Amino acid sequence: MGIGRLKKLAAASLVAGCMLISTACSDGSSGTSDGNDKVISITFRSSGGTNTGLTDWLKQDIIPQFKKKHPDAEVKLTPIQASEGNYFAKVALMLKSKNTAPDIVTEDTFMINSDASAGYLEPLDNKVKGWSDWDKFNEKIKQGVIAQNGKVYGVPYNTDSRGLWYNKDLFKKAGLPIPWEPKNWEDILQAAKTIKEKFPKDVVPLWMNSGKATGEATSMQTFEMLLYGTKDPLYDKKSKKWIVKSDGLLDTFKFIDKVYEQKLGPSLSKVLNGQGGQIAYQQLMPKGKLAIGLDGIWQTGTWRKGGPAPWPEAFNVVGFAPMPTQHGEAPGKTTMSGGWAWSIPKKSDNKKLAWEFIEFASSKENNLKQLLKERSLTPREDVAKDPEYKKIPMFKEATELLKYAHFRPAVDKYPSVSTQIQSLVEGVVTGKLSPEQAAKQYQKNVTRIVGKDNVTTR
Amino acid sequence: MKTNTAVSTSVALSRSKRDHKFLRSILFLLPSWILLLIFFVGPVILTFYFSFTNLSLTGTAAQGIEFVGFQNFKVMFHDPNFRISIIKTILFLLFSAIIGQQVLGFILAVLMKEKNKTFRRIIGIIVIAGWVTPEIVVAFCWVAFLSDNGTLNTLLQSVGLKSVSWLFTFPMVSVIIANIWHGTAFSMLVYQAALDDVPKSIEEAARIDGASRLQSLIRIVLPIIKGSIVTNMVLVTLQTLGVFTLIYTMTGGGPGTATQTLPIFMYNQAFVNYQLGYGTAISLILLIIGIIASLLYIRSMKATI
Repeated sequence: MGIGRLKKLAAASLVAGCMLISTACSDGSSGTSDGNDKVISITFRSSGGTNTGLTDWLKQDIIPQFKKKHPDAEVKLTPIQASEGNYFAKVALMLKSKNTAPDIVTEDTFMINSDASAGYLEPLDNKVKGWSDWDKFNEKIKQGVIAQNGKVYGVPYNTDSRGLWYNKDLFKKAGLPIPWEPKNWEDILQAAKTIKEKFPKDVVPLWMNSGKATGEATSMQTFEMLLYGTKDPLYDKKSKKWIVKSDGLLDTFKFIDKVYEQKLGPSLSKVLNGQGGQIAYQQLMPKGKLAIGLDGIWQTGTWRKGGPAPWPEAFNVVGFAPMPTQHGEAPGKTTMSGGWAWSIPKKSDNKKLAWEFIEFASSKENNLKQLLKERSLTPREDVAKDPEYKKIPMFKEATELLKYAHFRPAVDKYPSVSTQIQSLVEGVVTGKLSPEQAAKQYQKNVTRIVGKDNVTTR
Repeated sequence: MKTNTAVSTSVALSRSKRDHKFLRSILFLLPSWILLLIFFVGPVILTFYFSFTNLSLTGTAAQGIEFVGFQNFKVMFHDPNFRISIIKTILFLLFSAIIGQQVLGFILAVLMKEKNKTFRRIIGIIVIAGWVTPEIVVAFCWVAFLSDNGTLNTLLQSVGLKSVSWLFTFPMVSVIIANIWHGTAFSMLVYQAALDDVPKSIEEAARIDGASRLQSLIRIVLPIIKGSIVTNMVLVTLQTLGVFTLIYTMTGGGPGTATQTLPIFMYNQAFVNYQLGYGTAISLILLIIGIIASLLYIRSMKATI
């Protein structure tokens, strides 16, 4: 080997080596938990206008009060700035490593089973056993934080129901009835068509989350709200099998296709956007540019005083109609219910203080304070009876809907099935897939994910 | 006899000196080799291993990783999205790298060749500005330019034309143009250097023999700079195969699967669908495509010598 070539090789290796050392070093210091037992870090999703209620409550109410009780404790916020579609992957990556795992993480209840099965979360059975408040939580909602192995992995802090938001002013001008009570899917399309005829130019008749970027919102607020209004759910609880082929699936894709084919939906550049929810409810709805929106009760938090888009007249102008079943089959209405929970990562190094924080934050008065800002429904039965809680606009309607609520399959493969739904819905709205093709691909992809033995057709 | 031993000792001495030098250089190289092994070769081997497993980001498979043989590859070759991604990758590669950057870069270099210094400098700076801009900034610039209320639509509206949502109506064209804008300078620089090395006398001789400018360019200049063309082609191809930030920021691979090239497909499978094993299998295919493309270029250029 010639010396000249050796020198060149040496130089190249040296440069590469330096770069590697520098990248290797820069990673070490960015962990969120630092082994100090007086510090806890909380990870939640915060992006654009999302979760301002939760952030405000954490910063203004709960952390100052927690510090009064624990003067030497420090609570660090480590929010994740990501679209809904990316939040859960980032959380999973954080929870994987001891260097990045926070002490408390907010989990959408559909991820709890999956993250618990992955060994990312700490079982809380021993902790809730000695906690008198645990009995105050609604049994149905508790099911959402219990994984397949029967252990509890989170304390729910909110739940929700979904329905049709509609603008009464626009409905009046278009000659549509108020209060609006659609009896079946056709009624929704008809109302949207009427709006379209009356305001052909700048009003979006019907907004449904339809893209991959809006993640779980597309699966739950759009696809499942429709699907659970048919006779065919996603998952057959009795046989413990995924239903991968059914009329319900095909009809759901067909409905979504119709909305976009007949130009009753928003432009794709708006709806296939991670910020879609903000565009619809912070910009279009208050300006009277959106007639109907299929979304959750928490949108009232958008318009509250101090919210991301304060709108005092909102509750005179906006109505909340229950989502009908496909042909009006009994019980006539349907909704999906989910919710979020506090969980403690297995790799947290301060589980004791983390639990104390969760206990404190989930008390009756603190949960109420949180929901007054967040405007989601409460998982606690005593809060639900509180007069101040009952006074929140639209909460009466939203709570009544819980009678008709369906829950997502509590199976650890659900998150992967959900992302398939999202890309197929986007395929349909962009016209790349026909409803039939989408249904066919659904069957194929879901079978691949959950395994041949766990599927059935109807 | 005496002289003989003297010679042999001197040889032995110089050999030991050489050995010493060799050992010393190995010693100096060792730290960086170890680092390369840990941070470069290590991950490559891991990727290879993971692509034959069912590793996932969450769920039971995140804990109990299982060897699944060629399952991931079997699934991939039956996945219509994989076929779509291959087609999108080829389109993106063909139009943005091979046709766009290469040809445009070459034309710029040729046009600038005999111009005066100031002209060369000004144009050079403008073109290179696109290249030195970080990819994420380039992507945001193009989003700002092409979005619904972006610069282009504002201009169109001001002259009375209808606005178009470019990123949704022409997503592939948009990312291709953005990538050409970003990458052309590299090809231009390579070809400028190559053209400067072409001896003037040969061109002049060809001119005297009656060759037109185009003829001398194709028959004389191109064969001379063949080496640079191959190198540039390989570099640009490999670079373009790996483009992720630009496309992900501008369109997220969408709408639907309209701009879902292999890197985006890989990311979606690994980090959106939580299937890390499947994602790494796709990355392996990407690597193989890169190797094949490089070999093809080098072969084809050898054949034409």
